[in-house]
Amino acid sequence: MSLNRDQINSIAHLARLSLTEAEIPVYQDSLSKIVELVGELDAAQTAGIEPMAHPLPGLAQRMRPDVVTEKDQHELYQRNAPQVEAALYLVPKVIE
Amino acid sequence: MHTLTLSELAKKLRAKEFSVTELTKSLLTRIEESQQTLNAFITVTPELAMAQAKVADATLASGVAGPLTGLPLAHKDIFCTQGVKTSCGSKMLDNFVSPYDATVVEKLNAAGMVTLGKTNMDEFAMGSSNETSYYGPVKNPWDLKLVPGGSSGGSAAAVAARIAPIATATDTGGSIRQPASLCGVTGFKPTYGRVSRYGMIAFASSLDQGGLISQSAEDAALVLGAMSGFDPRDSTSVDTPVPNYLESLNAPLAGLRIGLIKEFFEKGLDASVEKLIREALKVYEKLGAKLIEVKLPALPLSVPTYYVVAPAECSSNLARFDGVRYGYRAKDPKDLMDLYKRSRGEGFGAEVKRRIMTGTYVLSAGYYDAYYLKAQRVRQLINQDFKRAFAEVDVLMGPTAPDVAFGIGAKASDPIQMYLNDIYTIGANLAGVPAMSIPCGFVRDLPVGLQIAGPHFAEAKLFNVAHAYQKETDWHRQIPAVFKGELS
Amino acid sequence: MSAWETVIGLEIHAQLSTKSKIFSGSPTTYGASPNSQANLVDLAYPGVLPVLNTEAVRMAVKFGLAVDAAVAPRSVFARKNYFYPDLPKGYQISQYELPVVGKGHLDIVLDDGTKKRIGITRAHLEEDAGKSLHEGLPKQSGIDLNRAGTPLVEIVSEPDMRSAKEAVAYLKKVHTLVRYLEICDGNMQEGSFRCDANVSVRKVGAEKFGTRAEIKNINSFRFVEKAINYEVARQIDLLEGGGKVVQETRLYDPDKGETRSMRSKEEANDYRYFPDPDLLPVEIDAAYIASVKATLPELPDQKATRFAAQFGLSEYDAGVLTSSKELAAYYEEVAKLLAGGKEPSKEQAKLAANWVAGSLAAALNEHNLEIGESRIGAAGLAGLLGRIADNTISGKIAKDVFEAMWAEGRDADAIIESKGLKQITDTGAIEKAIDEVMAKSPGQLADYRSGKDKLFGFFVGQVMKATGGKANPAQLNELLKKKLAG
Repeated sequence: MSLNRDQINSIAHLARLSLTEAEIPVYQDSLSKIVELVGELDAAQTAGIEPMAHPLPGLAQRMRPDVVTEKDQHELYQRNAPQVEAALYLVPKVIE
Repeated sequence: MHTLTLSELAKKLRAKEFSVTELTKSLLTRIEESQQTLNAFITVTPELAMAQAKVADATLASGVAGPLTGLPLAHKDIFCTQGVKTSCGSKMLDNFVSPYDATVVEKLNAAGMVTLGKTNMDEFAMGSSNETSYYGPVKNPWDLKLVPGGSSGGSAAAVAARIAPIATATDTGGSIRQPASLCGVTGFKPTYGRVSRYGMIAFASSLDQGGLISQSAEDAALVLGAMSGFDPRDSTSVDTPVPNYLESLNAPLAGLRIGLIKEFFEKGLDASVEKLIREALKVYEKLGAKLIEVKLPALPLSVPTYYVVAPAECSSNLARFDGVRYGYRAKDPKDLMDLYKRSRGEGFGAEVKRRIMTGTYVLSAGYYDAYYLKAQRVRQLINQDFKRAFAEVDVLMGPTAPDVAFGIGAKASDPIQMYLNDIYTIGANLAGVPAMSIPCGFVRDLPVGLQIAGPHFAEAKLFNVAHAYQKETDWHRQIPAVFKGELS
Repeated sequence: MSAWETVIGLEIHAQLSTKSKIFSGSPTTYGASPNSQANLVDLAYPGVLPVLNTEAVRMAVKFGLAVDAAVAPRSVFARKNYFYPDLPKGYQISQYELPVVGKGHLDIVLDDGTKKRIGITRAHLEEDAGKSLHEGLPKQSGIDLNRAGTPLVEIVSEPDMRSAKEAVAYLKKVHTLVRYLEICDGNMQEGSFRCDANVSVRKVGAEKFGTRAEIKNINSFRFVEKAINYEVARQIDLLEGGGKVVQETRLYDPDKGETRSMRSKEEANDYRYFPDPDLLPVEIDAAYIASVKATLPELPDQKATRFAAQFGLSEYDAGVLTSSKELAAYYEEVAKLLAGGKEPSKEQAKLAANWVAGSLAAALNEHNLEIGESRIGAAGLAGLLGRIADNTISGKIAKDVFEAMWAEGRDADAIIESKGLKQITDTGAIEKAIDEVMAKSPGQLADYRSGKDKLFGFFVGQVMKATGGKANPAQLNELLKKKLAG
């Protein structure tokens, strides 16, 4: 397999995903297979070819005028919040 | 009423053969009666639908109705609908009620359409079988033991079973076209940037496009115009005028140059499927089209390219789901790290986690050049191939999927097998070109789709070409036996 | 002399003073109630997308032109991916490989008057994060996303600074510049102008740089100097003791006056930058650049050079007076009014410079006011200086008048009149006062005449006391000398 346990664990950590002990080999297997699949790209001749970030070439970013268009709707937006107090979103203490 | 196309419904509503309220009621009944068997819907919106129907009836009576007034539709549960649960097929958003409407929803509401509900889908649009949904798999109306395709499985099944006359859907690697092919309906993916992505929950930003699953090209042409257009809230939305897609629907096809992608007719394509495709092409020749072989040598690299680019973008797009501001939050997190890891570990399904991890890997230090940059360069090659091809031909045709619908659970254990379902569809997403699938026959009583692709902004041409076929054939009018008549 | 050389680079984050955020139409005003200025885009709701604010781009280009930097014809926004509660999307939209502003430079003047050119590597646009609040919640933090999405320009210097003083001079120069350009209000307490310092040491003569530590959370010029000095000492101690400097992020603790380790920079390192697919490349052409260039004000250096030439001021004085556009405007107005609308003479310019840079600046500092909030306007100060120039009052008395003007809000003439502060310039009156003092102090007179020159000051003081401080000092000196000589 092209990816080992440690790599799976560090990828999962970077992506903030909890994995059970049983899941690790499962993802190790499927991710290794995917890496193998995408390894086919190695064979492609891409010298001198520009990377393509957007499917429609030659377009530039539109800019909007510097105008305030929003009003305070925090009550509506916070209806979906799992934990809110005094309009603040609560999380376990962030230690700096 | 359920066997009528959207266009036919529009005419009959105007002719007052029935009201919008009656039509809506009857569809809501069909949805209710089929939900256990099909599982095509995640949320049905009867109150909203009836309220919209009432308004539509009044508008029709007053004589100021537009072409879409009173026409019912279903929205793939990836489009944010204000005040209505929007789950994206995931436990992560099971408790999410959207505070706003996606632009697509806003536009179709403004056109007077009636929302029947939100259709089931692969979780976060990741899948080709609608088996990764938190809400359970959707069944193929043609054979309930089989998958409808994905990720827009719910929309495809709903239209195929005629429990909704049309449905919105999204396509990132084939998620409109492949389920349309497997369910015997018409699926349309517009040019990238044609339809606004604002409010369409992002999977892979440079590939996602909103489109339609319908009974016919004519139906899709009727609605796409209202869905399309520049949106200042989407920076990737293109500011070019939207033509009237119905205008050129019946233009004659004489002289049409149809490109056949050599690479698509090589290994991997089921022989019976190929036979049907070639028969469809004969119909086009009869209509005056010319068949020309074209080579797109980089196209076979579509799948590996896609499985670098799409996971990379999705790993970043899905980072916002962290249990802090909305969505699933793990119980009693012991610290911040625990909150993140368990909310995401418990809230996301396996395929989503797989793709997030793949994406994280290909973007990580030391791998970016070899994978992500490389894939973006191959994407450029694929684009160049399409450009070259469209210099020689007007449209490209070929199979939509390598085979017909497969059994639920049959490919679930091997992700690569699942990924290869999109082998013919992914190229159009990488190049941003418009593409569609129309039914062209049956193999072992299961539907087969013909794929048609065109150059950027050739939507009108595609509708014209597809409509011509649908005037000559009636594959698109077939309805699965179980769903032909009234349900009970 | 230390065998060690200090190497410092600064990363400055300046909040751009646009009305709305960089990627959403939310307001950017400071101090609003929690989450009242965070819309769906700022909150990273599912399905939302960023749209770029044109003013943010214009301000960044303005900055680039002001530091002689190349402005990129094509720049790209990239995602910097990491998880933190004040970063709702789980990534920050920033610029990585293709920033909007390229290499530039800024000249600083050191304490000894020498000039040094500090290189600027690049400046790019990005969005600010929200804030975490920890007070009042025992086991939790409260997240306020009002600030999330505010536009920032991140200005990265070359590691060209060799002392904390140089770093402060550079920081102050950038601070002055962004305020001149009106792209940032420079309010360090409110966090609209923030500085991270990359500090390392190496043996004098060494070619390679030493391992650097990044110091964050420095929100005043004074703290920048202290933090850097502490860190340099810490690193030297460490290295001289045989240890190694760890590449890490450190926080400056102003209460303890020390830096401490925050988190290893290695841990947070893998940001997996890639071009943001929701945004297209920003294209800037020559016509746009020209239009922005046309709006550039007279820059601090240009203004200082002009002041030195036009008003005959020293480089140092010119520098102080042009440290803010408003202060420079105030000074010019005072000088002009003092000259009655004509071009001020060297003496008038110098007089105005001394007072604006001296008493006025001190008063503003003491009361923590900006020049725009000064309790004495340019006309008022010019009026006071006019009374010094025409000998109505002495410079010393003028200081008292200034205090009274500041406290009471009245003009110079009113105060001079009501307190009877007019100078005594009548020779006879001064002589009379001198005679009286000499008569009262025979002992000191004898001592002075026998050689104790220092007692001159005693007599000056006594005469001043007798005249209520109003004797014209120059005349007093002249007359006193004559009389004491006998």
